[in-house]
Amino acid sequence: MSLRIVVCVKYVPDATGDRHFADDLTVDRDDVDGLLSELDEYAVEQALQIADEADDAEITVLTVGPEDAKDALRKALSMGADKAVHVEDDDLHGTDVMGSSLVLAKAIEKTGYDLVVCGMASTDGTMGVLPALLSERLGVPQVTLLSEVSVEAGVVKGRRDGDAASEALEAALPAVVSVTDQSGEARYPSFKGIMAAKKKPVESWDLEDLEIEAGEVGLEGAWTKVDSATERPARSAGTIVKDEGEGGRQLAEFLAGQKFI
Amino acid sequence: MAEVLVYVDHVDGAVRKPTLELLTLARRVGEPVAVALGAGAEATAAVLAEHGAVKVLTADAPEFADYLVVPKVDALQAAHEQVSPAAVLVPSSAEGKEIAARLALRLGSGLITDATDLEPGDDGPVATQSVFAAAYTTKSRISRGTPVITVKPNSAAVEPAPAAGATESLSVTFGEKSTGTKVTARTPRESTGRPELTEAAIVVSGGRGVNGAENFSVIEALADSLGAAVGASRAAVDAGWYPHANQVGQTGKSVSPQLYIASGISGAIQHRAGMQTSKTIVAVNKDAEAPIFELVDYGVVGDLFDVVPQLTEEVNTRKG
Repeated sequence: MSLRIVVCVKYVPDATGDRHFADDLTVDRDDVDGLLSELDEYAVEQALQIADEADDAEITVLTVGPEDAKDALRKALSMGADKAVHVEDDDLHGTDVMGSSLVLAKAIEKTGYDLVVCGMASTDGTMGVLPALLSERLGVPQVTLLSEVSVEAGVVKGRRDGDAASEALEAALPAVVSVTDQSGEARYPSFKGIMAAKKKPVESWDLEDLEIEAGEVGLEGAWTKVDSATERPARSAGTIVKDEGEGGRQLAEFLAGQKFI
Repeated sequence: MAEVLVYVDHVDGAVRKPTLELLTLARRVGEPVAVALGAGAEATAAVLAEHGAVKVLTADAPEFADYLVVPKVDALQAAHEQVSPAAVLVPSSAEGKEIAARLALRLGSGLITDATDLEPGDDGPVATQSVFAAAYTTKSRISRGTPVITVKPNSAAVEPAPAAGATESLSVTFGEKSTGTKVTARTPRESTGRPELTEAAIVVSGGRGVNGAENFSVIEALADSLGAAVGASRAAVDAGWYPHANQVGQTGKSVSPQLYIASGISGAIQHRAGMQTSKTIVAVNKDAEAPIFELVDYGVVGDLFDVVPQLTEEVNTRKG
């Protein structure tokens, strides 16, 4: 029986670019280049490794976002995912994490799945709660923040390194997994992979396909409201000294002045 | 005054500092009712009362330790039904955020994570967040349901405020989904004797410039002189010089201490994302052009192997 893996990925504004807010206090996606969230590359990698170990597996990569978000899907396909689903709808503009989890959950159910794999967080919102929300919505176990993951005989196992302890976890499939940047370096797409990705199927769904009302998502449907976004004032230039033998003592003097010593 | 639920992060009854900070913030928006779960829950009551909890709801059951996250959500939902609070506040740990998210979804409530401040507002609590590697500060509120908000460590000073803190036992019915993810083994992290990275008031970090695992002792010595936690940049962690648990940055931990000392760290955006909200920033780096110097309150251009040991010696002498 084929193992159906769905990997959720996000197309995010490049963190090395100048990210800012649009007038409606949503993230401005026009002024800065986007890319597949770095932390989602680890999810794609682990999905590929799990698929390699399975007798038969199919990986669907899923994203919700504007037209450009297809770039994130292409990257995942070129790494080796089999097919892609792109959920795109003008009414999705301004959707918060609650709405995003609804859209993803509906799309995952429509695709069919045994295992959902996510990154630990997006690199733009950095909330890290989407995998838990998907687990709650889908009614299947969450096996999250794993630095090691494997699937065998319908059971997913993993290691979760927390602040206080490292935990060994296991759950029966179907399940939602998220992996950390410690799970293993993501592979680079090969030239062959990039060429093959161009021929792989990318389905496009809108809200109607997922039987979601426009009012459940978007800015109107958001359960949180951003009232203001203020650019942080540039830090006033600090004192910079060159060490000419007294740098450590000068620094100690500064720290003492600030009452840290 | 309305009651506010505060989820208690504790280890066998020892309450972690972010929870005490949360009680300070909770008092601005209502009367804190603490919820402590698992082994040692009742032992938390005294310290929670000292810091403003009018009531402490406790529950213990094997489910809290044996299964991941969901039993705690069931308990918090039970507490929500019992108290009908004006807000639910949870410390922003990885687990805290997952608990808060699932609870919010069940309650049909909006969720704000990683707040750095909290004030009362006309339409419920207003949360401050720092986003895009601290390039922006946002103010947000919840527009639907009971506000569920997670708050980052070091967002408020711990202020004692004695309150009744009467312990009541909380009755929890675990849902059938609560036992879905089994914890089959648990290995406590070995204590270094240093403060927890995300909670520490001072963090001393080393990066590529430390140039080797053995040289991290220079960073550790400074940290110990200041009672600080040790952090590391991704470059240092990827090189295997320091454990991943200490990584500061976008793919590691986000810290917001009173003082952050970066040694041999150039200050790539990924690192800055994890430390830019630190109150005072100090850097030591050989390269005068390193981007970290754009952030600093005080910077020393020099060899960390000269500057850091001299600083450590000076700190130890002054503490004398």
